[in-house]
Amino acid sequence: MTKIVYNGETDPRLCKDVIGATVASLADGDPDVIFLDADLMSCSGTLKWSKTHADRAIDCGIAEANMAGVAAGLAAAGFKPIIHSFGTFASRRIYDQIFLSGGYAKNDITVIGTDPGVTATMNGGTHMPFEDVALYNALPHATVIDASDPTCLESVLRQCVNRPGIKYIRVGRKQYAKIYEDGSELPIGKAVTLREGKDVVIFAAGIMLHEAMKAAASLEAQGVSAAVVDCFTIKPIDADAVEAWAKKCGAVVVAENANRHGGLYDTILEVLAERCPVPAAVVAVEDEFGEVGTQGYLQERFGLTAAHIEEQVKSVLARK
Amino acid sequence: MEFKEKQAIEAFALRIRMAALEAIHSIGSGHVGGVMSISDALAVLYGREMKVRPEDPKWPDRDYLVMSKGHAGPAVYATLALKGFFPYEELKTLNRGGTRLPSHCDRNKTPGVDMTTGSLGQGTSQAAGLALGNKLRGRNNRVFLIVGDGEMDEGQCWESFLFASAKKLGNLVVLIDWNKRQLDGYLDEVLPMGDFVAKMEAFGFDTVKVDGGDVEAIAAALERTRNGGDKPYAIVLDTIKGHGIDEVEAIAMNHSLPVTDERFANWTAELKAKLDALEG
Repeated sequence: MTKIVYNGETDPRLCKDVIGATVASLADGDPDVIFLDADLMSCSGTLKWSKTHADRAIDCGIAEANMAGVAAGLAAAGFKPIIHSFGTFASRRIYDQIFLSGGYAKNDITVIGTDPGVTATMNGGTHMPFEDVALYNALPHATVIDASDPTCLESVLRQCVNRPGIKYIRVGRKQYAKIYEDGSELPIGKAVTLREGKDVVIFAAGIMLHEAMKAAASLEAQGVSAAVVDCFTIKPIDADAVEAWAKKCGAVVVAENANRHGGLYDTILEVLAERCPVPAAVVAVEDEFGEVGTQGYLQERFGLTAAHIEEQVKSVLARK
Repeated sequence: MEFKEKQAIEAFALRIRMAALEAIHSIGSGHVGGVMSISDALAVLYGREMKVRPEDPKWPDRDYLVMSKGHAGPAVYATLALKGFFPYEELKTLNRGGTRLPSHCDRNKTPGVDMTTGSLGQGTSQAAGLALGNKLRGRNNRVFLIVGDGEMDEGQCWESFLFASAKKLGNLVVLIDWNKRQLDGYLDEVLPMGDFVAKMEAFGFDTVKVDGGDVEAIAAALERTRNGGDKPYAIVLDTIKGHGIDEVEAIAMNHSLPVTDERFANWTAELKAKLDALEG
């Protein structure tokens, strides 16, 4: 059951604590679940638990490629591995290992990449994955998730361990705006309507949901009715929901904390082109590398704010 | 090793070479050099050391083979066909559309192939994961990992060796096919690797070096690994790329070679003569 409780407030939980608690709970309930990290257990909230669960928490050291391969071997031995690193290393650094030892070899692995896009803040451009979504989108049969809030994170992580293929979950380590009631289930592959509307639909994911909701409220005051749809599952996209909303509103804006190429925008454009061509626009990173700064600075710098969404809504409505 | 058993293993190694050559000839060319250099080790592994069930390839308690130098697939396929994992005639489907025998090993295609390899270095981590998983499951089996000497250029190998040692994977046996040559030429010209024994010892492996063309020596080295313990094992196989066929050994760049009808006839005759001399 999914209940929306969004009112603009922040969920008190840190996502890294949710990862830690969920991994511990999954391992308790299933002897096949095993967690691997690459010297970042203190960042994934699993360090304390790992000290008392040495057989279920494997620290691989700073060797992400090996971690991905070891996870593949563990899967071949009958385990359900969950691996973690920062999003940059959990995607591009281990791509060949995840692609071949994992996906191609049919060794099922859940990958958690933390600090996606601008949430990498003080670690800066070297640690700022704008491309992780595109990489995992290009991996056949992969599942790609941009978690909406701590509740969504817990729900999708629980589903991923028993889901075939490679599953990539990108999520910040810190706090998110609260969207769903604690304990809500978010079935993978089903988009969720956060706000009804009739003039334009905003498809968003991850931290951009909060921005989309703020933009929709502001637009309402200006007489524009904007729907907001949570596309936390980027792949497989909920094509039926995309089509239905595009048909109803006749104008689409996509908001994502990633490069505009190869991510949610492209995914939605494919659906629109094949099923329901309507004017579309995007709020995303305009094909740039990351840089250091606060999240507020970076959202302004890369154009990932509610104001940028409003601007694109107006632009797309003019083309409707 | 009894004399008769030694003879049988040597004959098995020759048959592996002949069968692999037949497979490669059927498609016209392939990785002849590295197939020949690893045939003796495969004969010892599948001829006496490994617990496997050809009729039940996925038996969970089996010993596993990870051929990380995945381009030696034809040597593995020849071995498995001779062991009865699939019909011998299927070897001639190598690399043909729809085959179960692709150029590089694929665990989802070939009965008896335990891991998918080909992107060099990746098999080492997979083998470490398999060994860790088997250990956690309490299985009393071993994982045999075959790595090419040129493959050791890949940094992932060394990451995985550190890991195997740190996790005390005494159920992992790494066999390094030290045949001195990689695709572009000799290791010493392309990227000199120094002393493999010293390197593996430094990475925490119980290491020996043996003549990789001497089945008795390989067998003795493998017997040492039966008792497990806290250290993973490494066996450096001192081999010759193309071993077993004089003309192939003599071709400096023998990583991949065309196998014409004439070459196939001559090379098979040489191997057959050795087999006849052995079996009388």
